[in-house]
Amino acid sequence: MSSLADTAIVPAPRRPTMPTILILAAKEIREGFRNRWVVATTLLLAALALTLALLGSAPTGTVGASRLDVVTVSLASLTIFLVPLIALLLSHDAIAGEAERGTLLLLLAYPVGRTAVILGKFLGQLAILAFATVLGYGAAALAVGWNLGLAAWGAFAAMVGASILLGGVFLALGLLASTLVRQRSTAGGIAIGLWLLFVILYDMAFLGLLVATGGHSLPPALVDTLLALNPTDAYRLLTLGMAGTGGLTGIGALAGHTALTPPILVAVLLAWTAAPLALAALVFSRREL
Amino acid sequence: MTTTTVALHGVTKRYGPIAAVRELDLALHAGEVIALVGHNGAGKTTQIKMMLGLARPTEGRVELLGGDPAVHGLALRREVGYLPESVSFHLALTGRETLGFYARLKGVPLSELDQAFAAVGLTGAEGRAIGTYSKGMRQRLGLAQALLGRPRVLILDEPTSGLDPALRREFYAIVAARAAEGATVLLASHALTELEGRADRVVIVNRGAKIADGTLADLRAIARLPVQIRIRPAAGFAGPMSSSGWQRLPDGSLEAEVEPAGKLPLLAQLLADPGAVTDLTVTEPTLDDLYAHFLQREAA
Repeated sequence: MSSLADTAIVPAPRRPTMPTILILAAKEIREGFRNRWVVATTLLLAALALTLALLGSAPTGTVGASRLDVVTVSLASLTIFLVPLIALLLSHDAIAGEAERGTLLLLLAYPVGRTAVILGKFLGQLAILAFATVLGYGAAALAVGWNLGLAAWGAFAAMVGASILLGGVFLALGLLASTLVRQRSTAGGIAIGLWLLFVILYDMAFLGLLVATGGHSLPPALVDTLLALNPTDAYRLLTLGMAGTGGLTGIGALAGHTALTPPILVAVLLAWTAAPLALAALVFSRREL
Repeated sequence: MTTTTVALHGVTKRYGPIAAVRELDLALHAGEVIALVGHNGAGKTTQIKMMLGLARPTEGRVELLGGDPAVHGLALRREVGYLPESVSFHLALTGRETLGFYARLKGVPLSELDQAFAAVGLTGAEGRAIGTYSKGMRQRLGLAQALLGRPRVLILDEPTSGLDPALRREFYAIVAARAAEGATVLLASHALTELEGRADRVVIVNRGAKIADGTLADLRAIARLPVQIRIRPAAGFAGPMSSSGWQRLPDGSLEAEVEPAGKLPLLAQLLADPGAVTDLTVTEPTLDDLYAHFLQREAA
């Protein structure tokens, strides 16, 4: 080796062969597969979806609704409860867990931007969630039969896409919780709280409000705003109000009166994803270790 | 000639009312091995975090390779290797997957991985999950990631914990080689004895402040700690000069402590009569003794 300090330490210009965000996302996916998160989630979704599909599709043969449409509606209801929970379980650990295990300090000592860490983890977890949803729900749909008509498949695909969008919202919320606190357990508590708030409590309060006011004195704009303020309601309107499946659900009637068109609802879900992510990136980049 | 790679100028870091680092001035140079010594909570890790740009000083200025690491950290950290204290990895991933991940982040070609594993003696274990590694193997993997891409600044926090003596020697050989190539190596440690002869400079910190900085010889000269001399007298030896405060040990040896300046005259005296002494041991103050001395001086 050279004893000449000047020649030995000339820094060779090095560039990462792939963007940092993708490197981080790939690691997240690899870890997800390795620690059985992906397998467990996929199996859980597939098992529940198959149960719903097989139970739900039995009596509809004579009703006239497409059997796949029934599956789509059942799975959408399942998604509202399950996908946010899975997403929060997956993401609440992202930053707080790494900080607690001591791997965060080393990661940030690398030439890695804080925003890239947040986005990389989000992308990786979104890929895991998308994989589990597509596979789990797809298995259920195929179990019902594949020759079910293009329109029904289209509605099913839209529901799966919307489910992944909803998952993205709660991944972002979980990541924000994970960034705001120092301890994993605290982040987990916040995650459960978020789930209760958006999936259970908000709708109970909303229903209570509707009942109390007789459902008529509320201006439609207020109803729309209240629905858009909860991502699970936006998802509900988006999937259960869709053509073909709308007639099967109570919310289909509500969807008929709302000004919240599917593009607006998708925008609402995207905003619900982008805002927590941006806030998480901001908080994280100011954080000192 | 000497290039300053890392510098702290009057740096203070407060966490609430507690000052983790107080008015610290420090300059590290290319090709230098520096031991940063202090017990737990002395502010070593906080200093390192500021050098890496992961924490911002409350007062003062930190410079890494000529830039502010808190501002230009993204580019500067490419030239830095860091081994955190008690390094940990995802246990389900293999050694190769993990080191490959860090190599990608630094833009180091994956073709260098084999060499990196060989350098720390992990060849053959690359394909195993880290969960099956011993503590020493994890520490070696930590070292391998720090060495990736031949960084100009190596910051190693408690680098030899969990390494057996043979591996420690190999580790210090790697450190010396990197320093000879012009890298700055900072070894934060409280395992002082093993740093003897390994570090060009020793910086002692206590409660966030620097209390000593210099080569081991410098520090010895400042501390003027006594040298311990032990002799095994021959059978007919009448006993050495009473003035020197000799103590008789249970095994029949005699022991005395002398000022550094009195060492050679005493030895000359003892060796003047070739039949008087059958064995002789001179023990210089160790880094531990020096450390204890500077801590006491600080407390006084």
